[in-house]
Amino acid sequence: MTALLTILVLVFVLIAIWQMVKIFDLAQANSKNSQIANDQDNKLNGYLMLGFLAFIYILTIICCWKWGDLPLMSNSASAHGPQIDNLMVITMVLIFIVQTITQFLLHYFAFKYKGEKGRKALFYADNNTLEFIWTIIPVIVLAGLIIYGLFTWNEIMNVDEDEDTLVVELYAQQFNWKARYSGEDNTLGKANVRLIDIDRANILGVDESDPNAQDDKITTELHLPVGKPVLFKMRSQDVLHSAYMPHFRAQMNCVPGMITQFGFTPTVTTEDMRQTPQMIDKVANINRIRVENSKTLIAKGDDALERYEFDYLLLCNKICGKSHYNMQMKIIVETQEEYDAWISEQKTFANSLN
Amino acid sequence: MSAHADTHDQEEHHHHKETFVTKYIFSQDHKMIAKQYLVTGTIMGVIGVMMSLMFRMQIAWPEEPNVLFEALLGKWAPDGVMDADIYLALVTIHGTIMVFFVLTAGLSGTFSNLLIPLQIGARDMASGFLNMVSYWLFFLSSIIMVISLFVEAGPASAGWTIYPPLSALPMAQGGSGMGMTLWLVSMAIFIASSLLGALNYIVTVINLRTKGMSMTRLPLTIWAFFVTAIIGVVSFPVLLSAALLLIMDRSFGTSFFLSDIFLQGEVLHYQGGSPVLFEHLFWFLGHPEVYIVILPAMGLVSEIMATNSRKPIFGYRAMIASILAIAFLSTIVWGHHMFVSGMNPFLGSVFTFTTLLIAIPSAVKAFNWITTLWKGNLQMNTAMLFSIGFVSTFIVGGLTGIIMGDSALDINIHDTYFIVAHFHLVMGISALYGMFAGIYHWFPKMYGRMLNKNLGYIHFWVTAICAYGVFFPMHFIGMAGLPRRYYTNSNFPLFDDLANVNVIITIFALIGGVFQLVFLYNFFSSIFFGKKTVQNPWRSNTLEWTAPIKHIHGNWDGEIPHVYRWSYDYSKPGHDEDFVPQNIPLKEGEEELQH
Repeated sequence: MTALLTILVLVFVLIAIWQMVKIFDLAQANSKNSQIANDQDNKLNGYLMLGFLAFIYILTIICCWKWGDLPLMSNSASAHGPQIDNLMVITMVLIFIVQTITQFLLHYFAFKYKGEKGRKALFYADNNTLEFIWTIIPVIVLAGLIIYGLFTWNEIMNVDEDEDTLVVELYAQQFNWKARYSGEDNTLGKANVRLIDIDRANILGVDESDPNAQDDKITTELHLPVGKPVLFKMRSQDVLHSAYMPHFRAQMNCVPGMITQFGFTPTVTTEDMRQTPQMIDKVANINRIRVENSKTLIAKGDDALERYEFDYLLLCNKICGKSHYNMQMKIIVETQEEYDAWISEQKTFANSLN
Repeated sequence: MSAHADTHDQEEHHHHKETFVTKYIFSQDHKMIAKQYLVTGTIMGVIGVMMSLMFRMQIAWPEEPNVLFEALLGKWAPDGVMDADIYLALVTIHGTIMVFFVLTAGLSGTFSNLLIPLQIGARDMASGFLNMVSYWLFFLSSIIMVISLFVEAGPASAGWTIYPPLSALPMAQGGSGMGMTLWLVSMAIFIASSLLGALNYIVTVINLRTKGMSMTRLPLTIWAFFVTAIIGVVSFPVLLSAALLLIMDRSFGTSFFLSDIFLQGEVLHYQGGSPVLFEHLFWFLGHPEVYIVILPAMGLVSEIMATNSRKPIFGYRAMIASILAIAFLSTIVWGHHMFVSGMNPFLGSVFTFTTLLIAIPSAVKAFNWITTLWKGNLQMNTAMLFSIGFVSTFIVGGLTGIIMGDSALDINIHDTYFIVAHFHLVMGISALYGMFAGIYHWFPKMYGRMLNKNLGYIHFWVTAICAYGVFFPMHFIGMAGLPRRYYTNSNFPLFDDLANVNVIITIFALIGGVFQLVFLYNFFSSIFFGKKTVQNPWRSNTLEWTAPIKHIHGNWDGEIPHVYRWSYDYSKPGHDEDFVPQNIPLKEGEEELQH
């Protein structure tokens, strides 16, 4: 019944708007309106063009001022993070300059040269020098960006797997994440989803006969020692997922049937990150919002929202089904000692089987 | 060729009697087919936009009961709370409809059909029959797509990119059952329709130009449609192959895209395939597709801007060269959608290089448009406003492409709202503006009546402000790391401080969406009650305005006009009027502008 009423109301609202537009339309009919822009229209729209230019600039300033200093633009927590952020800032500055100038020219010309009866436009069809200039300038600027970008990309993607690297498997399934640590031998045991044996609690399909697999440790939280390079080997058991760790400027898809990889070195522990002034502000702001939202919840008889405390997160960033929006894992970056203590508490694969 | 066409057509076309069915339904006349495309595209557009408004409301006010959802979504919104499955379906079908049904068929289908024969001076398309089949296949695919919305387990919901395995396995997602089957069937038919249309456009432009219409005298609209058709012919078959292989995987147990899958307690038999292969095949069309969408809009905008600036388009040859360069580059950049797909990082380097190269011809075009305005005598008709708006959104959207296309930067903003903002501005809103500009400009040619200009102004200004209001702040929540396609962000307190941005965006979207009613009213009422047009309302040079207002089979009474000059002789010194149509012979001693 409510549905029917809603549709009726909607229909009436639409009819009302339709009628209002029609009245407006009819009111115009008597005037000598040719529906072709006259000088008055040109003038009005010329000024509106200037107004729109102001709107763009103001919107830009407001956005930068209110949301420009988002912790993801700075405050990265991995060794390669500052490189990406640098490149991002340089590109951004460049883009803002070009945006500001070209939008100005476009809208200012639209205002300045608004049509007037009797004026004749300049017959100006071509200029090879100009074409050359605005071909060559983007070429040079882009060449710089391409080279800088490629160096950064190569550095990030070329991971050498040496003795010192911690190898961790990220395992994705609808709709959660698991991590598998390689144990003392620092070698992950072989695995394939065909070996999954739910009855024996072998949920990741680890090869039980592989000696390297015996000391592997499967966890539901990701702990990383600070300052130590970590190489993620990613697997998915069902559909595409994407391991997105925004604070570490890291992302890689998890693809069923193949192993993908991404490596980085975490540089800031969770504890230290919580203490940065930026993060303190952000968390305080978020908690203010949560308290505000809790008021309406309590009024409705629901529980208040929990206080938020910052944690690094691993999010799924490739559409993977119904609960895609809630596929996350907590990441904890800690000192080597804390990490050692935590990992030694975890059960080895051999001991976890039924 | 054209001489032959002349005599032949005069005999046949003028004497054959049209019934209602041959005139309005199974018409082979390109002008009627163009209108059919336009109206079908507009109706699909209304559906697509309404979907976006619904999921925007869900993002802004997550999981709050909404009577609108209850009314429109039925069982998918129990007590008015939108279901997570239908959220993904709405996102998926919105993307599919807007990209293919509105901005490919609705834009290119309408204006290629309307303008190619009229602007090159042909009596009709090379094959009227194929043209008719092309439209009806498009209509059929639209119907199937709409029917898929009513399937029991839900319409396709794996995102418009339908990556397997999600799209291949009904156990992975409700929408991957019958809904996805219908989606694939609909798209296969759509591709057939596009190919028939594109072949027709190419053949017509090559063979049926009137006497004197050399390639370098063609309006830029025709160049854009011509090159778009070529890109379509090159890339759409690849999507068809991807769709066919996916159908095989889904229905016949092959393993092109699937391997090693454990789902709902059992190991599936698939082995040896790779989802990454699908991504390559999909984006081999998927990326050129954005140029299939934007190039026709660029062509329309170039033409409208020159006409309304009363100036030649600046750098005609550079414009053609950049269209060709964009078309070529568009086929070798698809990998920039796959930087983090797990493909070899070296490939990422190559695709970064080719991708950023596209910025060069794009920049040339933007500068040429701006220079076209310089020292013009700008007639602010609604079409002109949308053209200027097009350049504005194309610039702001195109610039962020430099970020997206840089593999190192893409790592952190891939699949966040940043990309959503980027592509909506650069190909969604821009192409839509191009389409609106085209409709306002050629409405008199299509229906013999004018659209109301004041309603047009209201439509443009509200749309322009709302489009910026929606997509500009969206970049910032993307840079804050908010992933797209999340049903709600409430499970991430980390993003709580972005919730108010999402509310602002949704409010802009709702206002902008509702104001499209002004356009719909203007459009449909002007078809019947609009002010009658004069022969050449915008004082334009191109040939379509020399054809009679009343549509006749064969376009021109008597002989087809001959062409003596390019289409941009606006405000040419030595002429009294500020325009010289293409069919006016050169004066004695007048030089044609050819370099």
